[in-house]
Amino acid sequence: MDFGFGIAPSSSINLDKVDLSLYRKVKEVEPDIERCMACGSCSATCPAAKFSGMSVRKVILGLQRGQQKEVRKMLSNCMLCGKCNMVCPRGINTRHLILSVCRYFDMKEEQK
Amino acid sequence: MKENIVIIGGGAAGLEAAYQLLTLGYTPIIIEKSGHLGGHLYDWNRLFPDMTPAKQVAKAMMERVKDANIFLNTEIISIDKKDDAYAIVLNNGISISCTAVLVTTGFQLFDAHKKEEYGYGIYDHVITNKDLEGWFNGNKDRRVDDKDGLKAVGFVHCVGSRDIKAGNSQCSKVCCITAIKQAIEMKEKYPDAEVYCFYMDLRMFGKKYEDFYINGQKDHGIHFIRGRVSEVSENIDGKVIVKAEDTLNGKPIKVTLDLLVLMAGIVCNSDTAKLASALKLPTDTDGFLKSKDNVLNIIESPKEGIFYAGACTGPKTVPETVAEARAAALAIHNHINSHKSWTSDSE
Ligand SMILES: Cc1cc2nc3c(=O)[nH]c(=O)nc-3n(C[C@H](O)[C@H](O)[C@H](O)COP(=O)(O)OP(=O)(O)OC[C@H]3O[C@@H](n4cnc5c(N)ncnc54)[C@H](O)[C@@H]3O)c2cc1C
Ligand code: SF4
Ligand code: SF4
Ligand code: SF4
Repeated sequence: MDFGFGIAPSSSINLDKVDLSLYRKVKEVEPDIERCMACGSCSATCPAAKFSGMSVRKVILGLQRGQQKEVRKMLSNCMLCGKCNMVCPRGINTRHLILSVCRYFDMKEEQK
Repeated sequence: MKENIVIIGGGAAGLEAAYQLLTLGYTPIIIEKSGHLGGHLYDWNRLFPDMTPAKQVAKAMMERVKDANIFLNTEIISIDKKDDAYAIVLNNGISISCTAVLVTTGFQLFDAHKKEEYGYGIYDHVITNKDLEGWFNGNKDRRVDDKDGLKAVGFVHCVGSRDIKAGNSQCSKVCCITAIKQAIEMKEKYPDAEVYCFYMDLRMFGKKYEDFYINGQKDHGIHFIRGRVSEVSENIDGKVIVKAEDTLNGKPIKVTLDLLVLMAGIVCNSDTAKLASALKLPTDTDGFLKSKDNVLNIIESPKEGIFYAGACTGPKTVPETVAEARAAALAIHNHINSHKSWTSDSE
């Protein structure tokens, strides 16, 4: 029977079950990722943010919460301009971090 | 010098003030209601920011006041102003007349039972910051079940602070740094454990506190989740289930823990409130003793001859408490001197 609406998949995060394997891998090559304090400077300055929802802050949080799909989608909008890199007060090399994460997703320049 | 100075409360504030007054040539009288000096220092294990053993600090402070008159297990029955002096009667029958009174009665921890939704006293593995310090000090605590090590530990910030419904709208100031300090200590004991801090804001205001935050993130991999814990429950295995909103993500979040630590806040000591009403001392809108002036004169009461130091006027760290105690000792010295010159002028 079609009621015209469906049950939305649960949007809650269960930290007991969350898959953090990608976050752990990224941490090994980008240990500074742990220093992020979610200030949002990176997203505020990002030229892609307005149009695409790209946000380094959300990429980092997404990795910490096992939201790989969302992270991948966001990353595809990054232009690698490096503006976020200049403003991060915790000195995280965000551009480098983005590239490292892309590598794990096996994203090539042209795929982006 | 024969002027009597009574110090009510033998915690960090009372001890430091007594030491300074001894140095100035007075013999202060310390009245302490418990059986030991040191106040809350007695309950803590290691102190931020340098992880100094609390016992060591307390011991150093106690040794310097040996020459003071110290009454332990003693309380004030009555205190009345008589001319320029205060007449104090103690529960051991002794009465004292003194020129100055220094109130250093400190704080009390918010009673975590009152936040029923967090399950303190209801669930098996929920403790407070104070309980954890006790456990670090070697106290046995069956709520900390570490037979097989601890695998997941959570810290709830702002328990009984910033909470109008719980009767305390203020920030307790020291619990953010204490939570991260304790989270790091847990990680040092159980490196494989996942440790979570549930916070609304991280108020790392003091010297080197931000380093605790960065080290907690970077060296210890502590998970910081911005969101107030809304509800705690217990599963069939006795584990603690915590629910909150991951507000940076806009999503509900849930985790199962072996131990939950509640960062109970700092509230005005109920004994201080009793003393305040006996002396008709006003309390400020935050529930703590009201100073003559919150900018320039936090250590004087509105009543002549009564002084304050330490956490009786609000949440404070040990170094802040000690600085106030020194200031109060000097203010008492000046008060006594001006009093003397006034009486000799009139002769
Ligand atoms: C969980 C926690 C951890 C902390 N850790 C740190 C830390 O690591 N570093 C740091 O700098 N600060 C720390 N603090 C803050 C520190 O505890 C306070 O700064 C300090 O205890 C304040 O000293 P005080 O003398 O004003 O009060 P208290 O320590 O509360 O001492 C008051 C004394 O007065 C006595 N008293 C009370 N009423 C009466 C009465 N009517 N008659 C007689 N005696 C009375 C009490 O018995 C007590 O001995 C922590 C606080 C908390 C809550
Ligand atoms: S590098 Fe990417 S994320 Fe950073 S500012 Fe440029 S477009 Fe935005
Ligand atoms: S600017 Fe740096 S610290 Fe701030 S959110 Fe972005 S990555 Fe994190
Ligand atoms: S210091 Fe932190 S935990 Fe304590 S009341 Fe303030 S914000 Fe909450």
